[in-house]
Amino acid sequence: MSLKRPAKNQPENFEFNSSSLEAANKIISRYPNGKQQSAVMALLYIAQKQNNNWIPLAAMKHIAKFLDMPYIKVYEVATFYSMFNLSPVGKYFIQVCTTTPCMIRGASKLVEACKEKISENESELSPEKNCSWMEVECLGACVTAPMMQINDDYYEDLDKEKTLEILDKILKDESPRPGSYRGRINNEPENGRKTLMEFKNA
Amino acid sequence: MLKDQDRIFQNLYNDLGSDLTSSQKRGDWVNTKEITDKGRDWIINEIKDSQLRGRGGAGFPTGLKWSFAPKEVGSRPHYLIINGDESEPGTCKDRDILRFEPHKLIEGCLIASYAIQAHVCYIYIRGEYFVDGQKLQAAIDEAYEKKLLGKNAAGTGWDLDIHIHYGAGAYICGEETALLESIEGNKGQPRLKPPFPALIGLYGCPTIINNVETIAVVPTILRRGGKWFASLGREKNTGTKIFCISGNVNNPCNVEEEMNIPLKELIEVHAGGVIGGWDNLQAVIPGGSSMPLIPKEKCETLTMDFDSLVAEKSGLGTAGVVVINKDQDIIKCMARIARFYKHESCGQCTPCREGSGWMWRMLERMAKGEASKDEIEMLGDVTKQIEGHTICAFGEGSSWPVQGLLRHFKDEIKKRNNFDPIVKETQNIPYLVDQHLLDKNA
Repeated sequence: MSLKRPAKNQPENFEFNSSSLEAANKIISRYPNGKQQSAVMALLYIAQKQNNNWIPLAAMKHIAKFLDMPYIKVYEVATFYSMFNLSPVGKYFIQVCTTTPCMIRGASKLVEACKEKISENESELSPEKNCSWMEVECLGACVTAPMMQINDDYYEDLDKEKTLEILDKILKDESPRPGSYRGRINNEPENGRKTLMEFKNA
Repeated sequence: MLKDQDRIFQNLYNDLGSDLTSSQKRGDWVNTKEITDKGRDWIINEIKDSQLRGRGGAGFPTGLKWSFAPKEVGSRPHYLIINGDESEPGTCKDRDILRFEPHKLIEGCLIASYAIQAHVCYIYIRGEYFVDGQKLQAAIDEAYEKKLLGKNAAGTGWDLDIHIHYGAGAYICGEETALLESIEGNKGQPRLKPPFPALIGLYGCPTIINNVETIAVVPTILRRGGKWFASLGREKNTGTKIFCISGNVNNPCNVEEEMNIPLKELIEVHAGGVIGGWDNLQAVIPGGSSMPLIPKEKCETLTMDFDSLVAEKSGLGTAGVVVINKDQDIIKCMARIARFYKHESCGQCTPCREGSGWMWRMLERMAKGEASKDEIEMLGDVTKQIEGHTICAFGEGSSWPVQGLLRHFKDEIKKRNNFDPIVKETQNIPYLVDQHLLDKNA
């Protein structure tokens, strides 16, 4: 459970645009009749994508009406789950994993890089207002630690220099390549792989 | 070392491609109809014979779990739910199955759904794995296109729809009843058991919940026979398992190995050894962050399976092996894990909500050497007050790693924290008494 506060400056209105609406209806159809409330997390996520990576209160009200459920229940869900951003985080939202497996492989260097390039404090927009960073709990890529996530993509096997490089590219609106930055393929051991050798580089 | 032909996940490193054609070359979807034609009882018995235990952490026998589903479908439909909310620090095995072996999972879903008579299956994937979820979605779409899903799936005569449900960054949703709450559109707070989900689960209907890896190994077990699976490993701890070896090793990796493999072999052979050599090893967390750590002396002879780790007062959990060498501050490592649990507690039960933060604050001070001597005993006491006093197993998950630290590294903590409290205790007052009441009596 994390402490989250909705942003002070809230837009007056929010409505799904046509592509969001289509995606929302498709998701609702996955659940049995009368159980449309199940789609609330997916719809919050769609709203977040549509609204530049964060969810305004107006969107929660819109979703509540859309799913025919009380507004407070949408608010409850939006504040419970840590992936819903309730205030602006910028076009590029950087999450650095600092849980133990990443920590012991040097995640603090990644945090330093973020502090240098983006902003001194976490959850604070960069001077260009297009980027922010945050320390998060385990992102489930422990074998390729340390790592960070930028929007949907994982950047793995990092060190400070590589992180600075990636952040430079991001700040220039380029899209760096996701995946391992030590050139290994997925989660195989970097050197001396002993298993499934007949398929290697097949 | 396990022979390559006995490895279930041949495409663990994506050497071969994860699309349907390459998966079929590896044997997926080959004779699904023949398997289902043998009937539900045969499938469940074969899984029971294989002694497959759930790969999500608790290690509950899968065949037994399936047999809890009602034999006849009543007025309420049955559901199958796949738990892919992999968030345990140290674990990243399900991600590789989702992105590289999706057809093993989808075929497993079909067979398991048939066995428990479910027509709808939800796969719950943690929100951060969005890209990997998209890859699974592509595989599902491919399967629908080739009539392997939907009406009369793969010619088995069984109708099945599979949907993906994304989580949104809550560790607790990996707990099965919290996961159900989450799918129903609520915040993920666990339910009291009983009733168990097998009878009253999703939308109040009978529901079977299995881990991604558990379901993905099912088709191979049924093809090669429960006996083959049971011949690997040892009694009650059979088969193969994906181990994730992370932390201070030279080549951190995921590898599929036989159950009961020596920990030393896992680290030395597959992960290239501990950084700084074996003598530089300090401790190992054998099964994801919620399992108590094991000090170096015991790592020499330790074998990795459910029962041998329980004998060492730890557990196999998800088989996420985190290796910690002597360059690391062990108290700090555990304090960080305690912070993880403080952050992820759902807040429903007071002992866990308050206790997880309390343990974290104490450990942080102990790491800096700012704690008093009697706080070490107090920390142990707090873990005991959380353990067993919560609705779900999160209470154990958060207190066990701290207990492990106290069990094996108490001297280290004592050495660092020899600080005397300013206010000396003159009488034995329980620490739960409010501070302002103490002042009044003084």
